[in-house]
Amino acid sequence: MPVEVRLPTMLRADAAGQPSVKANGGTIGEVLDDLVRQFPRLGGKIVTDDGALHRFVNVYRNDEDVRYLDKLETKLADDDVVSILPAVAGGQ
Amino acid sequence: MLRLPESQYLKMIGHALNGLPLEACGLLAGDPRSGKIDICYPCRNVAESAKLYTVDPKQHLQADRDAEARGLEIIGVFHSHTHTDAYPSPTDVEQAPDPTWHYVLVSLKDGEPVVRSFRIVGGVISEEPVALEAQ
Repeated sequence: MPVEVRLPTMLRADAAGQPSVKANGGTIGEVLDDLVRQFPRLGGKIVTDDGALHRFVNVYRNDEDVRYLDKLETKLADDDVVSILPAVAGGQ
Repeated sequence: MLRLPESQYLKMIGHALNGLPLEACGLLAGDPRSGKIDICYPCRNVAESAKLYTVDPKQHLQADRDAEARGLEIIGVFHSHTHTDAYPSPTDVEQAPDPTWHYVLVSLKDGEPVVRSFRIVGGVISEEPVALEAQ
């Protein structure tokens, strides 16, 4: 069963302008792989070429930041929602 | 132009002052077409630093959902500079996530807070006017 993946405005142009898409997978990593299969322009923007979560995005399973769960190995159930938001940071 | 209701401006300044001696940060929600800010969401600086900020990812998700439920979008971020001018640093530019956002700086280096707003597109900074509105 596909899960819903909610995209931030900055990535929507790479996903045919959609705010939310469906992707398949039993873990966050599998879902993100499927997302890039569907929308190749998202490649490298969420997961790095080294296979780690990009430091400029946060990925959530429902309300939880997956960095504090099992990162890309975080398991998903059918009704889970995956959200992607920019990591907002800076400094003087 | 960034249009900012006075109530949200005061919320932002209050959060910046409360955060001292650390940098404070938060998100701004509004209408992406008009640039009018409706809600300021003060957030925790999880970097807990006087020189760096990172918006609490969990509060970002909550703010994003709350804004969406109100028919708004997160269209900007603010943070304080405790000892430097209200101008984006190289780190701010490098980490600016979204070219459509408003990047608001609150400088607390002098007694009176100074607020300025910028767009950051492809590493290029351009300042925009800030209009305070009654509501």
